[in-house]
Amino acid sequence: MRSVFKIGAPVVAAALALSACGGTTNDAGSGSGGKACDLKIGFFGALTGDAANLGINIKNGAELAVTQYNEKHADCKVSLTSFDSQGDPSIAPGLAQKAVTDKKLVGIVGPAFSGESKAADPIFDKAGLNIITASATNPALSENGWKTFHRILGNDATQGPAAAKYIKDVLKAQKVFVSDDTSEYGKGLADIVKKDLGSAVAGSDETAADGKQDDFSPTVTKAKASGATVFFYGGYYSNASKLVKQLKSGGFTGTFVAADGVKDDGFIKGAGAAAEGAIVTCPCLPPDKAAEFSAAYKKAYNSDPATYSAEAYDAANVFLAGIAAGKTSSSDMNAFIGSYSAQGVTKNVKFDAKGEPSEVSVWAYKVSGGKIVPDQEIK
Amino acid sequence: MNAVSSFFHGIGDRFRALPRWAKIVLAIAAAVIVYLLPIINPPLITTTDSDFGAVLFLCALYALVAIGLNIVIGYAGLLDLGYIGFFAIGAFTVGVLGSAHAKLPLLLCIPIAMVVTLVSGIVLGAPTLRVRGDYLAIVTLGFGEIVRLILVNADSLTGGSRGISNIPTPPNLDLFGIPHLVWDGFVAKVDLSNQTRFLQFGVTDSIPYYWLALTLVFIVLFLDWRMQNSRVGRAWEATREDEDAAELMGVPTFRFKLLAFATGAAIGGLSGALFATKQQFINPDNFTILYSVLFVAMVVVGGQGNRWGVVVAAALLTWAPEKFRFLADARFLLFGLALMALAIFRPQGLMPPRRSVRAKKADEVAPDQIDAEGVARA
Amino acid sequence: MDLLLNHFWEFTITGLAFGAVYALIALGYTLVYGVLRLINFAHSEVFMWGSFASVWVLTALGASKASGVGVVGFLVIGFAAAMVTSALVALGLEFVAYRPLRKRNSPPLIALISAIGASFVLSEAMGLRDKPFKWFGLDTDLASYVGRPREASPLPLNIDTVRLFRVFDYRVSNIDLIVLGSAIVMMVILDQFVKRSRLGRGIRAVAQDPEAAALMGVNRDRVIRLTFVIGGAMAGAAAMMYLLKIGVTRYNAGFLLGVKAFTAAVLGGIGNLRGALLGGFVLGVAESYGSAIFGSNWKDVVAFTLLVIILLFRPTGLLGESLGKARA
Repeated sequence: MRSVFKIGAPVVAAALALSACGGTTNDAGSGSGGKACDLKIGFFGALTGDAANLGINIKNGAELAVTQYNEKHADCKVSLTSFDSQGDPSIAPGLAQKAVTDKKLVGIVGPAFSGESKAADPIFDKAGLNIITASATNPALSENGWKTFHRILGNDATQGPAAAKYIKDVLKAQKVFVSDDTSEYGKGLADIVKKDLGSAVAGSDETAADGKQDDFSPTVTKAKASGATVFFYGGYYSNASKLVKQLKSGGFTGTFVAADGVKDDGFIKGAGAAAEGAIVTCPCLPPDKAAEFSAAYKKAYNSDPATYSAEAYDAANVFLAGIAAGKTSSSDMNAFIGSYSAQGVTKNVKFDAKGEPSEVSVWAYKVSGGKIVPDQEIK
Repeated sequence: MNAVSSFFHGIGDRFRALPRWAKIVLAIAAAVIVYLLPIINPPLITTTDSDFGAVLFLCALYALVAIGLNIVIGYAGLLDLGYIGFFAIGAFTVGVLGSAHAKLPLLLCIPIAMVVTLVSGIVLGAPTLRVRGDYLAIVTLGFGEIVRLILVNADSLTGGSRGISNIPTPPNLDLFGIPHLVWDGFVAKVDLSNQTRFLQFGVTDSIPYYWLALTLVFIVLFLDWRMQNSRVGRAWEATREDEDAAELMGVPTFRFKLLAFATGAAIGGLSGALFATKQQFINPDNFTILYSVLFVAMVVVGGQGNRWGVVVAAALLTWAPEKFRFLADARFLLFGLALMALAIFRPQGLMPPRRSVRAKKADEVAPDQIDAEGVARA
Repeated sequence: MDLLLNHFWEFTITGLAFGAVYALIALGYTLVYGVLRLINFAHSEVFMWGSFASVWVLTALGASKASGVGVVGFLVIGFAAAMVTSALVALGLEFVAYRPLRKRNSPPLIALISAIGASFVLSEAMGLRDKPFKWFGLDTDLASYVGRPREASPLPLNIDTVRLFRVFDYRVSNIDLIVLGSAIVMMVILDQFVKRSRLGRGIRAVAQDPEAAALMGVNRDRVIRLTFVIGGAMAGAAAMMYLLKIGVTRYNAGFLLGVKAFTAAVLGGIGNLRGALLGGFVLGVAESYGSAIFGSNWKDVVAFTLLVIILLFRPTGLLGESLGKARA
């Protein structure tokens, strides 16, 4: 229900008081009979600024899903609209408030990071705009009772213990050095790993976030001095590649273990041969299921799928399936997502009551021959 | 090249020439329009990709920041590249006292935040204001970064990178709803389904926060005007123009510099507190060096020393990147180009203070033609 | 603390090696400041462009397959490419962003705004470098240069780390040696150049008293151009050293290093060449020790606190100011 009065002819601000002649107009699009077309899915995250590289990966994944959908539904297309938050929590609320006024927008893939999620998600929840984040892994996000919040990947609380388990059971490490980038993601993860490893932690060093540190030689020296055979790093691939390279050239011989923030081509590209043998955990299925996705992504963007691209692709596909089924209103879409269950690229996509994925299997991947290949499932 | 400044000063002179009642009417009308901007949603000005109310809030917030920084840079001539540090301290004081470690009401948190930033301004200023100008720039830059790092690393106090959520809002005063206007081309329509409650502070509507911020801007502007026209203002000006001469004339320059620094810091803390309550969530990522740089840009672009100039520049520099979002990732490139162009074509800033315009004229005209009052007014 | 004492030389030497990068960039800040009294905020982007130049040139030459003596050749080419490019970018910067202001006698803060603007432009231009190629449909052919423009680009040169000799608890590697060695060579050359050559005398003269220098027939514009070129070349050398140590560069790699190098310049006494060197090394080592004692996340706090303390006791930096007065 939306009533709009028309006042007067071409108006200057002062003319407002003059006349209030009737006539209500209905806003187009929503609902009334037939299939709604020209609907939109939003991407919410950084496309410019320091974290742009991560945001672009996610947007590309969602965009690919939309493009593929439009090829099949040429008569009734969906478009992807981007909300470039620059990863900045102070800009996020304004964008979110604008997004919720767009009646054609049926869902948001994002927000990409946990910080901006905390600033923007309450607004989405109040306004009933459904969101599926493909990358914000802070466990607390699903604890706020936000009905519209969904997450398509395992959070840090599932991945951290898995990483610790792999280090203990598979690598059989007695001494582990734990480091993180003091980001919400990295530190959260590293703290869980530290807790789970207990006395096996031989040393630790927190470093600065992406773009804030280049030289890791003190960390390398500490890691060597600790006598650790495994180095766990909580953080993103950009710093991880620098770190692993300096670890190798600094004479550290142990295994480098990191989590899904590092599962990116950029890690191998940046670190070169030093990345060889590194272990990356990820709450996502091995890419044999995703070969088709990888090929399509590579064709469209001229690079291999990167961190969270596949998750974003899956998330966008949930919304697209909802649109195809005609579930375009907020509550319909919410119910649709709640009962959604289908095989995606990264997992069998299904959400529990809190909006968390109900099936999460964490896999260990290994860098071998310059590629990230599946190693084994961590059970 | 001086078209813009003569335009503005032309307006200023006309305004001053008006009778007193007309002045008051005009000023009130202007203020009302500014207050109602997010309700009117004027086409061409409104932002299409981001909520206009939220953008306006940021404009008002950064205007407040710019007024504070203008005292430091514009009046006292101290280049402060770490202003974001005070902003952050203000925001986190509210966060820590209002949510993380205590549940004090916001109206108590804000004055505490201002006192804390005032004190931190004195603590930072007392040792460092003795170093020379350019050195102060790097020292303050370092201060801004240290504050951020401490916020990241002092986990138990600030929550580290997780930040602080559920920051208290100002008390609500739910009286009536104001419907927004929507525009169809240049035809305005009243949209009854989209109303702003007067005054309800919530997450979905930024407009009440905008009004709050704007009110604070006007209050601080008034205080700023009183201060600058007082003995303190003249002492700052003397210090800025020639520190040694001022000292010789009996102005305790160090003490006045410290006063400027601390006053600026307190206003920074006030803005930070305001930011925290609007945002209801803060984390250290909000407070990077880049913001300090942008703040300085606002002051210099506006014309250091002119309070209206820096307000306009702050609003402009906040609004423009949001307005021109369709330029997507090229907008920072264009922002950079705009700054360079400004530096070349309008080196005094958009609206230089009358004082410096006069000073420039004084260089051209023979000294005995300057009127005496021109010295004191800024 | 025990950690630091047990591995004292390792922390020291790795700190020195990164300090050398700071020092070379700091030279650019100090030279420009000495002559123009201007904080060249965009100097960090000069560095960043140099690093990309050497990555691209080495990629074009196929350096990734090189081994043995070839590596040394490519190393020299990389240094040359970075230094030439950085010098050119610095010169362009002077021409576009600073000269017009000087001609108009602008207030000093305005130069800072211009510099901030230029810094945005240079770094964003690098971050958007795929756009023009896309217009011409070249982005697939040139993927190894354009790639994902906001991502890191790796140096395509494989240098195996070889431990050469032992200094107490640390076995110095070939990369440490290259970085420190080339830094020292650059510094000695620059020092001698400024001290002995005619042009160097010009630089010192303008720094000391621009008007007197002009009266004595020193071409001020030429001297300024020269300082930008030298500063740029030093930043280029730093860029190659950075690549050797870190392995990758990125469109925003300059910002942080710029802040640090400027800190180093102030630490040593801005406007003073030897001060910049000393400042760079002190800062590098202080960060290393700070990381060892408090953890790497506190190292910037250590660095800036050190700066404040030093300025309190020596308000003009470790070695004092003035390019003109100090003997170098």
